[in-house]
Amino acid sequence: MEEKLHTLVALVQDEPGVLTRIAGLFRRRGFNIESLSVGHCEQHRLSRMTIVVKGDDAEVDQVTRQLDKLINVVSVTDITRCDMVARELALIKVTATSEDRSEIMQMVDIYRAKIVDVAPDSVTVEITGGEDKIDSLLTLLRPFGITEMARTGRTALIRGAKSSINN
Amino acid sequence: MNRTGAQILCESLVREGVEVIFGISGGTVIPLYDAFSEYPQIRRVLVRHEQAAAHAAAGYARTKQKAGVCVATSGPGATNLVTGIADAYMDSTPMVVITGQVATSFIGKDAFQECDITGITLPIIKHNYLVHDVRDLARIVKEAFHIAQTGRPGPVLIDIPKSVQMAVTEFEYPDSVDLPGYKPTAEPDYSHVTCAAELLNRAERPVIMAGRGVIVSQAYEELRQLAEMYQAPVVHTMLGLGSFPPQHDLDLGMIGHHGTVAANKTVQAADLVLAVGTRFGDRATMRTRDFAPHAVVVHIDIDPAEIGKNVIPFASVVGDAKTVLNMLIPLVQPAVRPEWIQQIRTWRSTHPLVPCARTSKLSARTVIRNVCRSADSHTVIVTGVGQHQMFTAQEYMSPRTNGLISSGGLGTMGFELPAAIGAQLASPEDAVWVVAGDGGFQMTMQELSTVVQEGLSIKIAIISNGYLGMVRQWQDLFQQRNYVDVALHAPDFVKLADAYGITAMRVETEEEIGPALRKANEHSGPFLIDFVVDAEENVYPMVAPGASLDCIIESPEKVAA
Repeated sequence: MEEKLHTLVALVQDEPGVLTRIAGLFRRRGFNIESLSVGHCEQHRLSRMTIVVKGDDAEVDQVTRQLDKLINVVSVTDITRCDMVARELALIKVTATSEDRSEIMQMVDIYRAKIVDVAPDSVTVEITGGEDKIDSLLTLLRPFGITEMARTGRTALIRGAKSSINN
Repeated sequence: MNRTGAQILCESLVREGVEVIFGISGGTVIPLYDAFSEYPQIRRVLVRHEQAAAHAAAGYARTKQKAGVCVATSGPGATNLVTGIADAYMDSTPMVVITGQVATSFIGKDAFQECDITGITLPIIKHNYLVHDVRDLARIVKEAFHIAQTGRPGPVLIDIPKSVQMAVTEFEYPDSVDLPGYKPTAEPDYSHVTCAAELLNRAERPVIMAGRGVIVSQAYEELRQLAEMYQAPVVHTMLGLGSFPPQHDLDLGMIGHHGTVAANKTVQAADLVLAVGTRFGDRATMRTRDFAPHAVVVHIDIDPAEIGKNVIPFASVVGDAKTVLNMLIPLVQPAVRPEWIQQIRTWRSTHPLVPCARTSKLSARTVIRNVCRSADSHTVIVTGVGQHQMFTAQEYMSPRTNGLISSGGLGTMGFELPAAIGAQLASPEDAVWVVAGDGGFQMTMQELSTVVQEGLSIKIAIISNGYLGMVRQWQDLFQQRNYVDVALHAPDFVKLADAYGITAMRVETEEEIGPALRKANEHSGPFLIDFVVDAEENVYPMVAPGASLDCIIESPEKVAA
C-alpha cells in the first residue's frame, strides 16, 4: 500500500508522562513521527496533540488503535481525509546585509510573513502556513544564509462547525 | 478517619478483595510492611526473589481469574519484577504491582535504591502511576484494579514514594472510577455479528481457533455449544488450551510451531477460521501470509488494536468473547458436515504423537503424557518454557477448564515454580503440578524455600535431559548439530529437595513413572521427582521457523528425507 502523511489529532489528559507514553508507543511499534505539536485545547485539563505520521492506511490505522488504548489518551482521530485547516509556524533567522534587506522584505510581503526582529546583519521572519508554503519561502531565503530556524510542526482543525474529535 | 498512605493502601486492597500478596520487603516499603501487620486478612507470601513475586501473582491471577498483587521495594526490588510484568503484559494477565519509591524530595537525585520504574515499565504495562500526593492514593488503587481487570486484562504498577506511605490524610475509597480515556468493553456492533454469522452460515469447512480470550471471558460453554451445534472442529493457541475439552471429538489440540498435524492441516484446509480471543501470535500462525490460505477469517477480540494487527480478517467483532458468542449462536444455523468431520478425524488418527527418544533412556514425552493423564478436574498444571512445555501442550488431556498455566507470549523460563505457588494459593483444594525443564528450573528454584515456608503441597516433575533442550533442538535441526552452550550441569535435584526439606525421588525407567506419580499425589506435602530422560529427544511435529503451517516436520525420519 501507498505510504503517505497522515494527520492524527489526539486529546490527551494533561498529566506528567503523557508525552513519553505516546512517543514511546511510536518508537516501539516502529513508527516515525514526522511532526508533533502539543498545547492546551478548549477542554479543561486536556491537551491536544497533532501528530503527523508517515505510513500506509493499515499501518496508521494500527497505530491509531494502539494510541487509543493508552489510558491517558481520551480520543484519537485520523483527520487526513477531512477538509481541514492545517498550519505550521516557522521562525527563520536570515543573514541580511543592508543590500539584501529590501529583497528579503519583498519576499516576506509576498508570503504574508512578518519580520519580527531586526539586527544589524540579520532579520527574523515569522511565517504561518502549510508546510509547502513554508518550504517554498525557505527555498527563496536560503541563498541569503539561514542561521537558525524553528518550526512547530503541523497543527490542524477540520473545517466547518463539526469538531475534529470523535467521541 | 485519618490514615497513613500505607494504611490507605491496605484498606484499599481489602476493599478490592485482595487475599494474598507476594513480595519482599526493603528500604522503601518498610512503612507499608509495618501497616500490613495490622491487616491479617491479607496473606503475605515472602518469596526469595522479586521476579518470583510477579510470576506468583500471575499464577494466582490466571487460576483465580482476578488480579494478582505483588510488592517490592524500590531500585533492585522493582527492576527484578520487570520480567514478570512483561510476562503478564504479553499474556494479558491481570496484576497490580506495588513498588516502593524513594521519598518525593529525593526523586531525580539518584538516591540510594532509586530507579525510574514507571519509566522502565512503560512499554510492558497496561498502565502505571507514580503517586505524588497521598490524597490521590485511594483513587489510584481503585483505578489500578479497574484497569487491570477489565477489558483485555494486564498489569498495572503503582509506584509509591516512602514519604507518601507515611503521609496522613482522610481515607475515603471511591465507589467508581473516572477515566475518560479508558474504554475497556465495547458493546459488540450487532451488524458486525450478523455479518460474521452470514459468513459462518456459508462456510463448508469451518474451524474455530480458540485463544486465551475464551478463558478470560469464561466462554467455555458458549464455545462448546457453538462448536457442537455448528459442527466446527476446535484448535487452540497455546494459551487457549483449557478452553475446550481435549477429549472432545471436535478437539484437535494446539496449532502452530509445535501444533498437531491435524490442527495445522485443518486450519490450512479450512474455508473459514473463526478466531476467538487470540492475537494471532507468530508461534500460532507461523508465516502469516500463508496462514489459512483458503479461509475467510472472522476475528472476535476485545482489543480493537488486535484486529488486523497480524492477520487481516475478512470480518471482525470487537467485544468480550462470551458476549459476542452469545449474540452469534442464535444466528448460526446448525449444520452437519460429515465429510469435513471425517477428514479431521482421519488427520488426527493417522498422525499420532509418538515418543522418539534416541536411546533406551526415558522419553520426556512418555513422562509428560503420564503426568497429563493423571491430571483430573482438580489438577492445575504449570509449566516452564521449552521442550517440556511443548510436550505438555501437546499431551494436555485434562478435563479441567483453565487447567494449564504457562508463559506464552514472553516465553519466560523459570516461570513455572513461582507461578505454581500462586496457582496453589488461588486454588488450595486442588493439586498443582509443575512440569519443569532442568534448565528453566534452575532459574527460579530458590522458591522451593517459599514452598516449604508457606506449607504448600506442590508436586514437581523435572524433566532432566542435561540440555537447554529447545535450543539444542534448533541447533540439531538448523545449525548442523553445532551444540553451543546448551549442555548444562544441574545439581542433584533429589539432594537439593532434601536440603529444603522436600521429599524427592529419581525416576529412570518407564515402570517407575506410574508409581512415582501416585506416590507424589498421595504424599501430603510438596514432592519432587527428577525424571532422567533421553538427552536428545526432539519435539515433533514441528513447523520450521519462517515456514507455513503445513510445512510440518513430523518425525526425525522425515527430517532426513
